[in-house]
Amino acid sequence: MWRYALPIAAFLIVAGFLYRGLSLNPRYIPSPMVGQPAPEFSLPSLRDPSTEIGTADMRGQLSLLNVWGTWCVECRYEHAFLLELSRTSGIPIYGFNLKDDRESALEWLATLGDPYVESAADVEGYVAVDWGIYGAPETFLIDRDGTILHKHISPLTPDTWARDFLPIVREKCGSLPCPMVNGE
Amino acid sequence: MSVARLPTVLAMLIALVAGSAVLAIDAENGFEDPALNARYRALIDEIRCMKCQNQSIADSPIDVAADLRRQVHDMMAENRSDAEIKSYLSSRYGDFILYRPPLKPTTWALWAGPAVLLAIGGFVFARILRAYARRPIDPDDVT
Repeated sequence: MWRYALPIAAFLIVAGFLYRGLSLNPRYIPSPMVGQPAPEFSLPSLRDPSTEIGTADMRGQLSLLNVWGTWCVECRYEHAFLLELSRTSGIPIYGFNLKDDRESALEWLATLGDPYVESAADVEGYVAVDWGIYGAPETFLIDRDGTILHKHISPLTPDTWARDFLPIVREKCGSLPCPMVNGE
Repeated sequence: MSVARLPTVLAMLIALVAGSAVLAIDAENGFEDPALNARYRALIDEIRCMKCQNQSIADSPIDVAADLRRQVHDMMAENRSDAEIKSYLSSRYGDFILYRPPLKPTTWALWAGPAVLLAIGGFVFARILRAYARRPIDPDDVT
């Protein structure tokens, strides 16, 4: 009995793992930062480098932080949907311009449209490491008190928005567009 | 291709392969102090490049890997311990960034898996040996 049961059981267990592996996305790595307070940062504004943009500006409102760069092809793909979100969602989108050239970045926004309330320019990439960012596009949903509610890696699409972001947004805002809460 | 050109082509190929291996590391110099430098090298060898996944940040030539090496370098220069640096990185990127993730409920299967499989294999092997040893010797089998 054991003679047959053991190899068959072993085979089934291994087959089960392999079968599960077929439908897993190896690029999907859950972020440990979800549920944690967002790391504080303050970086020069892309538009006006003499002013600073940071977590302090995002307090008091539900907001999105979108990592982008002109070197990022998928960001171009995502851009149209970001513009739509900026018009319809009522949630301010902050840009995180990663390791980019200022001139090209400004030209990008002038040509394609600017969905961002403000963009912070992280030329050196120090803040990006502190945020666990390892590419673009990445999008964070951040609560009024600065807690990271969700992190999405890869372009934002209507589908991922509806599936992963909207339920959280509805829970936090009640109705859409999201009512703004000013100050703390 | 003519035979005369072969040595040149071979030399170029060798240069290409050897060049790519040192490219990532030679971008920065690590530390002057040999002991500190050895610690730095060992540490970046154990940190995964999140973008390339099957390379350590020591091996990867891409930009984010260089940023992480810089982070490790800076934290070491601030006298932070290996454990502190690893916990800093895994709190931001997840345990996946460490080639040797910490032992905890979600990684028990990962750590115990090989030992369990080895134990099962040993058990089966021992049973087969025992069954074999118990078999009476067949004179026809002896050669």
